[in-house]
Amino acid sequence: MTSVIANEAKAGNGKKDKEPTSDRSRSENRLALKLVALPLALMLLVTAFPMLRALYLSLFTYSLTAPDDRKFIGIDNYVTALTDGLFWRDTLVTVIIMIVTVAFELVIGFAFAMVMHKVIFARGVIRTSILIPYGVITVVSGFAWQFAFSNTNGFVNDWLPFIGTDFNWFAERNSSLIAIMASEIWKTTPFMSLLLLAGLAQVSEDMLEAAKVDGATWWQRLYKVILPNMRAAIMVAVLFRALDAYRIFDNIFVMTAGANGTESISFLTYRQVIEQFQLGIGSALSVLLFLSVLVVAFIIVKLFKVNLADARQEG
Amino acid sequence: MPRTLTGLKNNIGTVIGCALILIWCLLPVAWIISLSFKSQESVTNGSPGFFPSGGGGAGWSNYADVLQDDQFRRSIINSIGISLIATILSVTLATLAAYAIARLEFKGKKFVLTTALVIAMFPVVSLVGPLFDMWRTIGIYDTWLGLIIPYMSFTLPLAIWTLSAFFREIPWEMEQAAQVDGATSWQAFRKVIVPLAAPGVFTAAILTFFFAWNDFVFGISLTSTENARPIPAALSFFVGADPFNRPASLLAAGAVVATIPIVVLVLFFQRKIVAGLTAGAVKG
Repeated sequence: MTSVIANEAKAGNGKKDKEPTSDRSRSENRLALKLVALPLALMLLVTAFPMLRALYLSLFTYSLTAPDDRKFIGIDNYVTALTDGLFWRDTLVTVIIMIVTVAFELVIGFAFAMVMHKVIFARGVIRTSILIPYGVITVVSGFAWQFAFSNTNGFVNDWLPFIGTDFNWFAERNSSLIAIMASEIWKTTPFMSLLLLAGLAQVSEDMLEAAKVDGATWWQRLYKVILPNMRAAIMVAVLFRALDAYRIFDNIFVMTAGANGTESISFLTYRQVIEQFQLGIGSALSVLLFLSVLVVAFIIVKLFKVNLADARQEG
Repeated sequence: MPRTLTGLKNNIGTVIGCALILIWCLLPVAWIISLSFKSQESVTNGSPGFFPSGGGGAGWSNYADVLQDDQFRRSIINSIGISLIATILSVTLATLAAYAIARLEFKGKKFVLTTALVIAMFPVVSLVGPLFDMWRTIGIYDTWLGLIIPYMSFTLPLAIWTLSAFFREIPWEMEQAAQVDGATSWQAFRKVIVPLAAPGVFTAAILTFFFAWNDFVFGISLTSTENARPIPAALSFFVGADPFNRPASLLAAGAVVATIPIVVLVLFFQRKIVAGLTAGAVKG
Protein backbone atom coordinates (compact mmCIF):
# COMPACT_ATOMS: atom_id res chain seq x y z
CA MET A 1 0.00 0.00 0.00
CA THR A 2 2.65 2.46 1.01
CA SER A 3 4.61 1.68 -2.10
CA VAL A 4 1.65 2.55 -4.28
CA ILE A 5 1.27 5.89 -2.58
CA ALA A 6 4.98 6.56 -2.80
CA ASN A 7 4.97 5.74 -6.49
CA GLU A 8 2.03 8.04 -7.13
CA ALA A 9 3.76 10.79 -5.24
CA LYS A 10 6.87 10.13 -7.26
CA ALA A 11 4.99 10.14 -10.54
CA GLY A 12 3.28 13.40 -9.58
CA ASN A 13 6.64 14.84 -8.69
CA GLY A 14 8.12 13.72 -11.97
CA LYS A 15 5.39 15.54 -13.86
CA LYS A 16 6.09 18.71 -11.96
CA ASP A 17 9.73 18.54 -12.99
CA LYS A 18 8.85 18.56 -16.66
CA GLU A 19 7.15 21.94 -16.23
CA PRO A 20 9.38 24.93 -16.79
CA THR A 21 10.85 24.88 -13.27
CA SER A 22 14.13 24.10 -14.96
CA ASP A 23 16.28 25.82 -12.35
CA ARG A 24 15.18 23.35 -9.74
CA SER A 25 15.56 20.31 -11.95
CA ARG A 26 19.00 21.45 -13.04
CA SER A 27 20.15 21.86 -9.45
CA GLU A 28 18.60 18.49 -8.65
CA ASN A 29 20.58 16.97 -11.49
CA ARG A 30 23.77 18.53 -10.20
CA LEU A 31 23.19 17.40 -6.62
CA ALA A 32 22.44 13.86 -7.78
CA LEU A 33 25.64 13.66 -9.80
CA LYS A 34 27.63 14.90 -6.82
CA LEU A 35 26.07 12.26 -4.58
CA VAL A 36 26.65 9.46 -7.07
CA ALA A 37 30.11 10.40 -8.35
CA LEU A 38 32.28 9.02 -5.56
CA PRO A 39 30.60 5.61 -5.15
CA LEU A 40 30.51 5.17 -8.91
CA ALA A 41 34.19 6.07 -9.23
CA LEU A 42 35.08 3.63 -6.49
CA MET A 43 33.12 0.79 -8.03
CA LEU A 44 34.77 1.37 -11.39
CA LEU A 45 38.26 1.82 -9.90
CA VAL A 46 38.32 -1.75 -8.60
CA THR A 47 36.45 -3.40 -11.47
CA ALA A 48 36.54 -1.62 -14.82
CA PHE A 49 40.10 -0.38 -14.49
CA PRO A 50 41.68 -3.71 -13.47
CA MET A 51 39.57 -5.46 -16.09
CA LEU A 52 40.97 -3.18 -18.80
CA ARG A 53 44.43 -3.76 -17.44
CA ALA A 54 43.82 -7.52 -17.55
CA LEU A 55 42.75 -7.13 -21.16
CA TYR A 56 46.02 -5.33 -21.86
CA LEU A 57 48.25 -7.72 -19.93
CA SER A 58 46.59 -10.73 -21.54
CA LEU A 59 48.35 -9.78 -24.79
CA PHE A 60 51.80 -10.35 -23.31
CA THR A 61 53.84 -13.18 -21.99
CA TYR A 62 54.33 -11.78 -18.53
CA SER A 63 55.50 -13.65 -15.49
CA LEU A 64 56.13 -11.93 -12.17
CA THR A 65 59.11 -14.22 -11.64
CA ALA A 66 60.73 -12.71 -14.73
CA PRO A 67 59.09 -9.31 -15.20
CA ASP A 68 61.75 -8.05 -17.61
CA ASP A 69 60.95 -10.72 -20.18
CA ARG A 70 57.56 -9.17 -20.90
CA LYS A 71 56.83 -9.58 -24.58
CA PHE A 72 53.85 -8.73 -26.78
CA ILE A 73 52.35 -11.88 -28.26
CA GLY A 74 48.88 -10.81 -29.42
CA ILE A 75 46.14 -13.32 -28.80
CA ASP A 76 48.46 -16.28 -28.20
CA ASN A 77 47.45 -16.50 -24.53
CA TYR A 78 43.83 -16.89 -25.54
CA VAL A 79 44.71 -19.54 -28.09
CA THR A 80 46.73 -21.39 -25.45
CA ALA A 81 43.89 -21.26 -22.94
CA LEU A 82 41.11 -22.19 -25.34
CA THR A 83 42.99 -25.10 -26.91
CA ASP A 84 43.94 -26.52 -23.53
CA GLY A 85 41.69 -29.31 -22.33
CA LEU A 86 42.11 -28.04 -18.76
CA PHE A 87 40.15 -24.88 -19.49
CA TRP A 88 37.22 -26.83 -20.89
CA ARG A 89 37.33 -29.46 -18.18
CA ASP A 90 37.20 -26.76 -15.48
CA THR A 91 34.42 -24.94 -17.30
CA LEU A 92 32.44 -28.17 -17.42
CA VAL A 93 32.96 -28.76 -13.68
CA THR A 94 31.83 -25.19 -12.98
CA VAL A 95 28.71 -25.53 -15.13
CA ILE A 96 27.80 -28.86 -13.51
CA ILE A 97 28.19 -27.36 -10.04
CA MET A 98 26.11 -24.36 -11.06
CA ILE A 99 23.23 -26.37 -12.51
CA VAL A 100 23.07 -29.00 -9.77
CA THR A 101 23.37 -26.59 -6.85
CA VAL A 102 20.84 -24.09 -8.22
CA ALA A 103 18.35 -26.87 -8.98
CA PHE A 104 18.60 -28.29 -5.46
CA GLU A 105 18.51 -24.84 -3.88
CA LEU A 106 15.42 -23.91 -5.86
CA VAL A 107 13.45 -27.01 -4.85
CA ILE A 108 14.54 -27.10 -1.20
CA GLY A 109 14.41 -23.32 -0.91
CA PHE A 110 10.86 -23.31 -2.23
CA ALA A 111 9.80 -26.00 0.24
CA PHE A 112 11.36 -23.98 3.07
CA ALA A 113 9.63 -20.84 1.86
CA MET A 114 6.26 -22.62 1.84
CA VAL A 115 6.79 -23.80 5.41
CA MET A 116 7.91 -20.36 6.59
CA HIS A 117 4.94 -18.77 4.84
CA LYS A 118 2.50 -21.02 6.67
CA VAL A 119 4.07 -21.16 10.08
CA ILE A 120 2.43 -19.01 12.74
CA PHE A 121 4.31 -20.13 15.82
CA ALA A 122 8.01 -19.67 16.51
CA ARG A 123 8.52 -17.43 13.48
CA GLY A 124 11.45 -15.69 15.11
CA VAL A 125 13.22 -18.95 15.91
CA ILE A 126 12.83 -20.27 12.36
CA ARG A 127 14.00 -17.05 10.73
CA THR A 128 16.92 -16.69 13.09
CA SER A 129 18.13 -20.19 12.38
CA ILE A 130 17.64 -19.85 8.63
CA LEU A 131 19.94 -16.84 8.69
CA ILE A 132 22.75 -18.74 10.36
CA PRO A 133 23.91 -20.70 7.28
CA TYR A 134 23.67 -17.44 5.33
CA GLY A 135 25.93 -15.70 7.81
CA VAL A 136 28.44 -18.50 8.36
CA ILE A 137 31.71 -17.89 6.52
CA THR A 138 31.95 -20.04 3.39
CA VAL A 139 35.37 -21.25 4.49
CA VAL A 140 33.90 -22.45 7.78
CA SER A 141 31.08 -24.20 5.95
CA GLY A 142 33.68 -25.85 3.72
CA PHE A 143 35.63 -27.10 6.73
CA ALA A 144 32.50 -28.31 8.51
CA TRP A 145 31.43 -30.39 5.51
CA GLN A 146 34.91 -31.59 4.69
CA PHE A 147 35.29 -32.97 8.19
CA ALA A 148 31.72 -34.29 8.15
CA PHE A 149 32.49 -36.30 5.01
CA SER A 150 35.92 -37.33 6.26
CA ASN A 151 36.29 -41.08 6.74
CA THR A 152 38.52 -40.68 9.78
CA ASN A 153 36.69 -38.03 11.78
CA GLY A 154 33.33 -37.50 10.11
CA PHE A 155 29.83 -38.76 10.73
CA VAL A 156 28.37 -38.88 7.21
CA ASN A 157 29.62 -42.40 6.49
CA ASP A 158 28.12 -43.58 9.77
CA TRP A 159 24.75 -42.07 9.06
CA LEU A 160 24.33 -42.89 5.40
CA PRO A 161 23.08 -46.38 4.55
CA PHE A 162 24.84 -48.36 1.77
CA ILE A 163 28.12 -46.56 2.36
CA GLY A 164 31.03 -48.24 4.05
CA THR A 165 32.45 -46.52 7.11
CA ASP A 166 35.84 -46.16 5.45
CA PHE A 167 34.60 -44.78 2.13
CA ASN A 168 36.87 -41.90 1.14
CA TRP A 169 34.75 -39.14 -0.42
CA PHE A 170 37.77 -37.14 -1.48
CA ALA A 171 39.52 -39.91 -3.36
CA GLU A 172 37.79 -39.31 -6.67
CA ARG A 173 36.01 -36.64 -8.61
CA ASN A 174 32.29 -37.34 -8.38
CA SER A 175 32.15 -37.97 -4.66
CA SER A 176 34.40 -34.94 -4.05
CA LEU A 177 32.01 -32.82 -6.08
CA ILE A 178 29.08 -34.13 -4.03
CA ALA A 179 30.80 -33.00 -0.84
CA ILE A 180 31.60 -29.58 -2.35
CA MET A 181 28.06 -29.13 -3.57
CA ALA A 182 26.65 -30.19 -0.19
CA SER A 183 28.52 -27.33 1.44
CA GLU A 184 27.47 -24.87 -1.26
CA ILE A 185 23.82 -25.92 -1.15
CA TRP A 186 23.70 -25.88 2.64
CA LYS A 187 25.02 -22.37 2.87
CA THR A 188 23.02 -20.71 0.09
CA THR A 189 19.60 -22.39 0.26
CA PRO A 190 18.44 -20.08 3.08
CA PHE A 191 19.13 -17.02 0.92
CA MET A 192 17.15 -18.58 -1.89
CA SER A 193 14.26 -19.44 0.43
CA LEU A 194 14.08 -15.88 1.77
CA LEU A 195 13.88 -14.46 -1.74
CA LEU A 196 11.17 -16.99 -2.61
CA LEU A 197 9.34 -16.25 0.65
CA ALA A 198 9.15 -12.59 -0.35
CA GLY A 199 7.72 -13.65 -3.71
CA LEU A 200 5.26 -16.01 -2.03
CA ALA A 201 3.96 -13.18 0.12
CA GLN A 202 2.80 -11.45 -3.05
CA VAL A 203 0.59 -14.26 -4.30
CA SER A 204 -2.93 -13.05 -3.56
CA GLU A 205 -4.75 -15.06 -0.90
CA ASP A 206 -8.07 -14.25 -2.61
CA MET A 207 -6.94 -15.94 -5.78
CA LEU A 208 -5.84 -19.03 -3.85
CA GLU A 209 -9.14 -19.10 -1.98
CA ALA A 210 -11.04 -18.80 -5.25
CA ALA A 211 -9.09 -21.69 -6.75
CA LYS A 212 -9.82 -23.75 -3.65
CA VAL A 213 -13.56 -23.00 -3.88
CA ASP A 214 -13.48 -24.01 -7.53
CA GLY A 215 -12.14 -27.38 -6.43
CA ALA A 216 -8.49 -27.09 -7.44
CA THR A 217 -6.23 -29.65 -5.78
CA TRP A 218 -3.08 -28.68 -3.89
CA TRP A 219 -0.90 -29.46 -6.92
CA GLN A 220 -3.16 -27.51 -9.27
CA ARG A 221 -3.05 -24.51 -6.97
CA LEU A 222 0.73 -24.77 -6.84
CA TYR A 223 1.21 -25.03 -10.61
CA LYS A 224 -1.61 -22.84 -11.88
CA VAL A 225 -1.73 -20.10 -9.24
CA ILE A 226 1.31 -19.89 -7.00
CA LEU A 227 4.20 -20.54 -9.39
CA PRO A 228 3.01 -18.32 -12.27
CA ASN A 229 2.36 -15.47 -9.84
CA MET A 230 5.82 -15.55 -8.33
CA ARG A 231 7.65 -16.02 -11.60
CA ALA A 232 9.56 -12.77 -11.25
CA ALA A 233 10.84 -13.65 -7.80
CA ILE A 234 11.91 -17.13 -8.92
CA MET A 235 13.76 -15.80 -11.93
CA VAL A 236 15.63 -13.16 -9.96
CA ALA A 237 16.61 -15.75 -7.36
CA VAL A 238 17.81 -18.18 -10.04
CA LEU A 239 19.79 -15.54 -11.91
CA PHE A 240 21.52 -14.28 -8.78
CA ARG A 241 22.33 -17.68 -7.41
CA ALA A 242 23.46 -19.08 -10.76
CA LEU A 243 25.95 -16.28 -11.34
CA ASP A 244 27.13 -16.62 -7.76
CA ALA A 245 27.54 -20.38 -8.13
CA TYR A 246 29.47 -19.89 -11.37
CA ARG A 247 32.25 -18.12 -9.48
CA ILE A 248 32.55 -20.91 -6.88
CA PHE A 249 35.98 -20.79 -5.32
CA ASP A 250 36.04 -20.83 -1.51
CA ASN A 251 34.57 -24.29 -1.01
CA ILE A 252 36.83 -25.88 -3.61
CA PHE A 253 39.91 -24.18 -2.20
CA VAL A 254 39.18 -25.41 1.30
CA MET A 255 37.78 -28.86 0.59
CA THR A 256 39.87 -30.32 -2.23
CA ALA A 257 42.25 -27.58 -3.40
CA GLY A 258 41.23 -28.62 -6.90
CA ALA A 259 42.46 -32.20 -6.53
CA ASN A 260 40.99 -35.03 -8.64
CA GLY A 261 39.66 -32.71 -11.32
CA THR A 262 37.41 -30.71 -9.00
CA GLU A 263 38.91 -27.40 -10.08
CA SER A 264 36.51 -24.62 -11.07
CA ILE A 265 37.27 -21.95 -13.63
CA SER A 266 37.79 -19.39 -10.85
CA PHE A 267 40.24 -21.72 -9.16
CA LEU A 268 42.21 -22.21 -12.38
CA THR A 269 42.50 -18.45 -12.82
CA TYR A 270 43.58 -17.98 -9.22
CA ARG A 271 46.19 -20.71 -9.52
CA GLN A 272 47.75 -19.18 -12.62
CA VAL A 273 47.90 -15.66 -11.21
CA ILE A 274 48.60 -15.94 -7.50
CA GLU A 275 50.36 -19.27 -7.18
CA GLN A 276 52.34 -19.34 -10.40
CA PHE A 277 52.66 -15.59 -11.01
CA GLN A 278 51.75 -16.05 -14.68
CA LEU A 279 50.08 -12.69 -15.14
CA GLY A 280 49.92 -12.95 -18.93
CA ILE A 281 48.00 -16.18 -19.28
CA GLY A 282 46.28 -15.48 -15.95
CA SER A 283 44.93 -12.21 -17.33
CA ALA A 284 43.68 -13.99 -20.42
CA LEU A 285 41.86 -16.44 -18.12
CA SER A 286 40.46 -13.52 -16.13
CA VAL A 287 39.03 -12.01 -19.30
CA LEU A 288 37.60 -15.37 -20.37
CA LEU A 289 36.05 -15.89 -16.91
CA PHE A 290 34.41 -12.48 -17.11
CA LEU A 291 33.11 -13.16 -20.60
CA SER A 292 31.74 -16.56 -19.61
CA VAL A 293 29.81 -14.96 -16.72
CA LEU A 294 28.30 -12.55 -19.24
CA VAL A 295 27.37 -15.49 -21.47
CA VAL A 296 25.74 -17.34 -18.56
CA ALA A 297 23.82 -14.22 -17.56
CA PHE A 298 22.72 -13.67 -21.15
CA ILE A 299 21.55 -17.27 -21.55
CA ILE A 300 19.52 -17.17 -18.33
CA VAL A 301 17.97 -13.81 -19.14
CA LYS A 302 17.03 -14.94 -22.66
CA LEU A 303 15.99 -18.45 -21.71
CA PHE A 304 13.68 -17.43 -18.91
CA LYS A 305 12.87 -13.97 -20.26
CA VAL A 306 13.84 -12.35 -16.98
CA ASN A 307 13.03 -8.70 -16.83
CA LEU A 308 15.22 -7.34 -14.07
CA ALA A 309 13.77 -3.85 -14.29
CA ASP A 310 10.29 -5.27 -13.79
CA ALA A 311 11.30 -7.62 -11.06
CA ARG A 312 13.12 -5.00 -9.06
CA GLN A 313 10.57 -2.34 -9.90
CA GLU A 314 13.12 -0.07 -11.45
CA GLY A 315 12.39 2.35 -14.21
CA MET B 1 -13.15 -34.22 4.43
CA PRO B 2 -14.06 -32.22 7.54
CA ARG B 3 -12.31 -28.94 7.80
CA THR B 4 -10.60 -29.62 11.11
CA LEU B 5 -8.97 -32.78 9.81
CA THR B 6 -7.40 -30.99 6.84
CA GLY B 7 -6.32 -28.28 9.22
CA LEU B 8 -4.71 -30.84 11.47
CA LYS B 9 -2.95 -32.48 8.54
CA ASN B 10 -1.64 -29.09 7.40
CA ASN B 11 -0.43 -28.34 10.89
CA ILE B 12 1.45 -31.61 11.14
CA GLY B 13 3.05 -30.92 7.77
CA THR B 14 4.12 -27.47 8.91
CA VAL B 15 5.56 -28.81 12.15
CA ILE B 16 7.57 -31.45 10.29
CA GLY B 17 8.71 -28.78 7.83
CA CYS B 18 9.86 -26.56 10.67
CA ALA B 19 11.74 -29.42 12.24
CA LEU B 20 13.48 -30.12 8.93
CA ILE B 21 14.45 -26.45 8.53
CA LEU B 22 15.90 -26.37 12.04
CA ILE B 23 17.87 -29.57 11.43
CA TRP B 24 19.13 -28.26 8.09
CA CYS B 25 20.31 -24.98 9.57
CA LEU B 26 21.69 -26.10 12.88
CA LEU B 27 23.08 -29.61 12.35
CA PRO B 28 26.34 -28.55 10.62
CA VAL B 29 26.79 -25.82 13.23
CA ALA B 30 26.27 -28.33 16.01
CA TRP B 31 28.73 -30.61 14.23
CA ILE B 32 31.51 -28.05 14.07
CA ILE B 33 30.95 -27.18 17.74
CA SER B 34 31.07 -30.87 18.66
CA LEU B 35 34.22 -31.32 16.58
CA SER B 36 35.88 -28.43 18.38
CA PHE B 37 35.59 -30.41 21.61
CA LYS B 38 37.34 -33.49 20.27
CA SER B 39 40.91 -33.76 21.46
CA GLN B 40 43.68 -33.34 18.91
CA GLU B 41 45.12 -36.80 19.61
CA SER B 42 41.80 -38.51 19.01
CA VAL B 43 41.39 -36.60 15.74
CA THR B 44 44.84 -37.61 14.55
CA ASN B 45 44.14 -41.25 15.40
CA GLY B 46 40.74 -41.01 13.77
CA SER B 47 37.54 -40.65 15.75
CA PRO B 48 34.54 -41.03 13.52
CA GLY B 49 31.13 -40.11 14.86
CA PHE B 50 29.21 -36.99 15.63
CA PHE B 51 30.19 -36.57 19.27
CA PRO B 52 33.55 -36.92 20.99
CA SER B 53 33.68 -40.49 22.21
CA GLY B 54 35.84 -42.87 24.22
CA GLY B 55 37.57 -40.23 26.32
CA GLY B 56 38.37 -38.22 23.18
CA GLY B 57 36.89 -35.03 24.59
CA ALA B 58 39.15 -32.04 24.95
CA GLY B 59 37.18 -29.60 27.08
CA TRP B 60 38.06 -26.02 26.24
CA SER B 61 41.70 -26.76 25.41
CA ASN B 62 41.27 -26.31 21.64
CA TYR B 63 39.79 -22.87 22.25
CA ALA B 64 42.61 -21.97 24.57
CA ASP B 65 45.16 -23.11 21.96
CA VAL B 66 43.51 -21.18 19.15
CA LEU B 67 43.17 -18.00 21.15
CA GLN B 68 46.80 -18.21 22.22
CA ASP B 69 47.88 -18.42 18.59
CA ASP B 70 49.32 -15.06 17.62
CA GLN B 71 48.43 -15.32 13.94
CA PHE B 72 44.83 -16.17 14.72
CA ARG B 73 44.51 -13.33 17.21
CA ARG B 74 45.94 -10.91 14.66
CA SER B 75 43.52 -12.15 12.04
CA ILE B 76 40.54 -11.53 14.32
CA ILE B 77 41.69 -7.95 14.85
CA ASN B 78 42.30 -7.55 11.11
CA SER B 79 38.88 -8.92 10.21
CA ILE B 80 37.02 -6.77 12.73
CA GLY B 81 38.95 -3.62 11.81
CA ILE B 82 38.83 -4.04 8.05
CA SER B 83 35.18 -5.13 7.97
CA LEU B 84 34.02 -2.29 10.23
CA ILE B 85 35.89 0.44 8.35
CA ALA B 86 34.78 -0.88 4.97
CA THR B 87 31.19 -1.11 6.23
CA ILE B 88 31.07 2.43 7.60
CA LEU B 89 32.62 3.99 4.49
CA SER B 90 30.62 1.90 2.06
CA VAL B 91 27.27 2.53 3.74
CA THR B 92 27.93 6.26 4.01
CA LEU B 93 28.65 6.54 0.30
CA ALA B 94 25.80 4.21 -0.62
CA THR B 95 23.35 6.28 1.43
CA LEU B 96 24.15 9.36 -0.63
CA ALA B 97 23.91 7.47 -3.91
CA ALA B 98 20.71 5.67 -2.93
CA TYR B 99 19.08 8.96 -1.97
CA ALA B 100 19.91 10.35 -5.41
CA ILE B 101 18.54 7.22 -7.08
CA ALA B 102 15.34 6.99 -5.07
CA ARG B 103 14.51 10.67 -4.98
CA LEU B 104 16.19 12.78 -7.62
CA GLU B 105 15.72 12.89 -11.36
CA PHE B 106 19.05 12.86 -13.14
CA LYS B 107 20.71 11.65 -16.27
CA GLY B 108 22.72 8.48 -15.80
CA LYS B 109 20.54 6.93 -13.08
CA LYS B 110 20.13 3.79 -15.17
CA PHE B 111 23.88 3.69 -15.73
CA VAL B 112 24.60 3.77 -12.00
CA LEU B 113 22.07 1.01 -11.27
CA THR B 114 23.29 -1.17 -14.12
CA THR B 115 26.92 -0.71 -13.10
CA ALA B 116 26.04 -1.69 -9.54
CA LEU B 117 24.20 -4.78 -10.75
CA VAL B 118 27.03 -5.88 -13.04
CA ILE B 119 29.58 -5.43 -10.28
CA ALA B 120 27.47 -7.41 -7.83
CA MET B 121 27.67 -10.30 -10.30
CA PHE B 122 31.32 -9.79 -11.17
CA PRO B 123 33.57 -12.87 -11.01
CA VAL B 124 35.82 -11.63 -8.22
CA VAL B 125 38.71 -13.92 -9.10
CA SER B 126 39.14 -12.27 -12.50
CA LEU B 127 40.22 -9.11 -10.67
CA VAL B 128 42.80 -10.49 -8.28
CA GLY B 129 45.54 -10.73 -10.90
CA PRO B 130 45.50 -7.10 -11.98
CA LEU B 131 44.80 -5.90 -8.41
CA PHE B 132 47.68 -7.99 -7.06
CA ASP B 133 49.95 -6.28 -9.60
CA MET B 134 48.55 -2.77 -9.03
CA TRP B 135 48.56 -2.98 -5.24
CA ARG B 136 52.20 -4.06 -5.24
CA THR B 137 53.11 -1.20 -7.55
CA ILE B 138 51.46 1.47 -5.41
CA GLY B 139 52.49 -0.18 -2.15
CA ILE B 140 49.19 -1.13 -0.53
CA TYR B 141 49.62 -4.88 -0.98
CA ASP B 142 49.21 -6.68 2.37
CA THR B 143 47.73 -3.64 4.14
CA TRP B 144 44.29 -2.93 5.60
CA LEU B 145 43.71 -0.29 2.93
CA GLY B 146 44.42 -2.83 0.21
CA LEU B 147 41.45 -4.89 1.41
CA ILE B 148 39.16 -2.03 2.44
CA ILE B 149 39.10 -0.60 -1.09
CA PRO B 150 37.92 -3.79 -2.86
CA TYR B 151 35.49 -4.58 -0.03
CA MET B 152 33.94 -1.14 -0.47
CA SER B 153 33.64 -1.56 -4.22
CA PHE B 154 31.95 -4.91 -3.89
CA THR B 155 29.61 -3.97 -1.05
CA LEU B 156 28.49 -0.69 -2.60
CA PRO B 157 26.15 -2.38 -5.11
CA LEU B 158 24.44 -4.40 -2.38
CA ALA B 159 24.15 -1.35 -0.15
CA ILE B 160 22.91 0.92 -2.95
CA TRP B 161 20.23 -1.55 -4.07
CA THR B 162 19.05 -2.27 -0.53
CA LEU B 163 19.01 1.38 0.49
CA SER B 164 17.27 2.68 -2.61
CA ALA B 165 14.58 0.04 -2.08
CA PHE B 166 14.16 1.23 1.51
CA PHE B 167 14.21 4.88 0.54
CA ARG B 168 11.38 4.42 -1.91
CA GLU B 169 9.13 3.39 1.00
CA ILE B 170 9.77 6.53 3.02
CA PRO B 171 6.86 9.04 3.22
CA TRP B 172 8.38 11.67 1.01
CA GLU B 173 5.55 14.15 1.53
CA MET B 174 7.46 15.20 4.62
CA GLU B 175 10.45 16.13 2.54
CA GLN B 176 8.25 18.14 0.21
CA ALA B 177 6.68 19.84 3.19
CA ALA B 178 10.11 20.84 4.39
CA GLN B 179 10.97 22.17 0.96
CA VAL B 180 7.73 24.15 0.85
CA ASP B 181 8.78 25.66 4.15
CA GLY B 182 11.94 26.87 2.45
CA ALA B 183 14.48 24.11 3.01
CA THR B 184 16.90 23.29 0.19
CA SER B 185 17.17 19.76 -1.23
CA TRP B 186 20.22 19.21 0.96
CA GLN B 187 18.58 20.44 4.16
CA ALA B 188 15.51 18.33 3.45
CA PHE B 189 17.82 15.36 3.05
CA ARG B 190 19.76 15.93 6.23
CA LYS B 191 17.06 17.03 8.66
CA VAL B 192 14.05 15.03 7.49
CA ILE B 193 15.17 12.00 5.60
CA VAL B 194 18.21 10.83 7.53
CA PRO B 195 16.27 10.05 10.73
CA LEU B 196 13.59 8.24 8.72
CA ALA B 197 16.17 6.30 6.74
CA ALA B 198 18.26 5.18 9.70
CA PRO B 199 16.71 1.69 10.01
CA GLY B 200 17.38 0.96 6.33
CA VAL B 201 20.92 2.23 6.64
CA PHE B 202 21.46 0.00 9.62
CA THR B 203 20.23 -3.03 7.70
CA ALA B 204 22.51 -2.25 4.78
CA ALA B 205 25.37 -1.99 7.24
CA ILE B 206 24.74 -5.48 8.64
CA LEU B 207 24.62 -7.03 5.16
CA THR B 208 27.77 -5.17 4.16
CA PHE B 209 29.54 -6.39 7.27
CA PHE B 210 28.52 -9.99 6.49
CA PHE B 211 30.01 -9.67 3.01
CA ALA B 212 33.31 -8.26 4.24
CA TRP B 213 33.55 -10.81 7.05
CA ASN B 214 32.90 -13.66 4.61
CA ASP B 215 35.30 -12.61 1.86
CA PHE B 216 37.99 -15.11 1.03
CA VAL B 217 39.30 -14.42 -2.48
CA PHE B 218 40.70 -10.95 -1.74
CA GLY B 219 41.78 -12.07 1.70
CA ILE B 220 44.13 -14.74 0.37
CA SER B 221 45.24 -12.90 -2.78
CA LEU B 222 46.01 -9.43 -1.51
CA THR B 223 47.71 -10.31 1.75
CA SER B 224 50.81 -12.32 2.55
CA THR B 225 51.38 -11.93 6.30
CA GLU B 226 49.39 -11.46 9.48
CA ASN B 227 49.73 -7.75 8.77
CA ALA B 228 46.31 -7.73 7.09
CA ARG B 229 45.23 -11.33 6.71
CA PRO B 230 41.56 -11.73 7.68
CA ILE B 231 40.01 -14.70 9.50
CA PRO B 232 38.83 -16.84 6.54
CA ALA B 233 42.27 -16.67 4.96
CA ALA B 234 44.00 -17.35 8.27
CA LEU B 235 41.77 -20.39 8.86
CA SER B 236 42.52 -21.82 5.44
CA PHE B 237 46.27 -21.40 5.93
CA PHE B 238 46.07 -22.85 9.42
CA VAL B 239 47.31 -26.21 8.14
CA GLY B 240 50.33 -28.34 7.67
CA ALA B 241 51.58 -29.24 4.24
CA ASP B 242 48.99 -31.98 3.84
CA PRO B 243 45.56 -30.60 2.99
CA PHE B 244 43.95 -33.93 3.83
CA ASN B 245 45.26 -34.18 7.34
CA ARG B 246 44.45 -30.93 9.05
CA PRO B 247 44.34 -30.25 12.79
CA ALA B 248 40.58 -30.64 12.49
CA SER B 249 39.48 -29.94 16.04
CA LEU B 250 41.73 -26.90 16.35
CA LEU B 251 40.36 -25.54 13.10
CA ALA B 252 36.85 -26.22 14.29
CA ALA B 253 37.49 -24.17 17.41
CA GLY B 254 38.81 -21.32 15.24
CA ALA B 255 35.78 -21.64 12.98
CA VAL B 256 33.41 -21.40 15.94
CA VAL B 257 35.19 -18.28 17.18
CA ALA B 258 34.92 -16.74 13.70
CA THR B 259 31.21 -17.51 13.58
CA ILE B 260 30.28 -16.00 16.95
CA PRO B 261 30.04 -12.36 15.74
CA ILE B 262 27.73 -13.45 12.91
CA VAL B 263 25.47 -15.43 15.23
CA VAL B 264 25.29 -12.48 17.63
CA LEU B 265 24.29 -10.13 14.80
CA VAL B 266 21.70 -12.61 13.53
CA LEU B 267 20.21 -13.10 17.01
CA PHE B 268 19.78 -9.38 17.59
CA PHE B 269 18.83 -8.16 14.15
CA GLN B 270 17.04 -11.10 12.52
CA ARG B 271 14.04 -9.03 11.44
CA LYS B 272 16.11 -6.30 9.84
CA ILE B 273 18.34 -8.73 7.99
CA VAL B 274 15.40 -10.55 6.41
CA ALA B 275 13.86 -7.24 5.37
CA GLY B 276 17.15 -6.09 3.87
CA LEU B 277 17.90 -9.28 1.98
CA THR B 278 14.56 -9.21 0.21
CA ALA B 279 14.03 -5.45 -0.06
CA GLY B 280 16.13 -5.01 -3.16
CA ALA B 281 15.08 -8.21 -4.84
CA VAL B 282 11.31 -8.20 -4.85
CA LYS B 283 8.97 -5.31 -4.41
CA GLY B 284 7.36 -5.57 -1.02
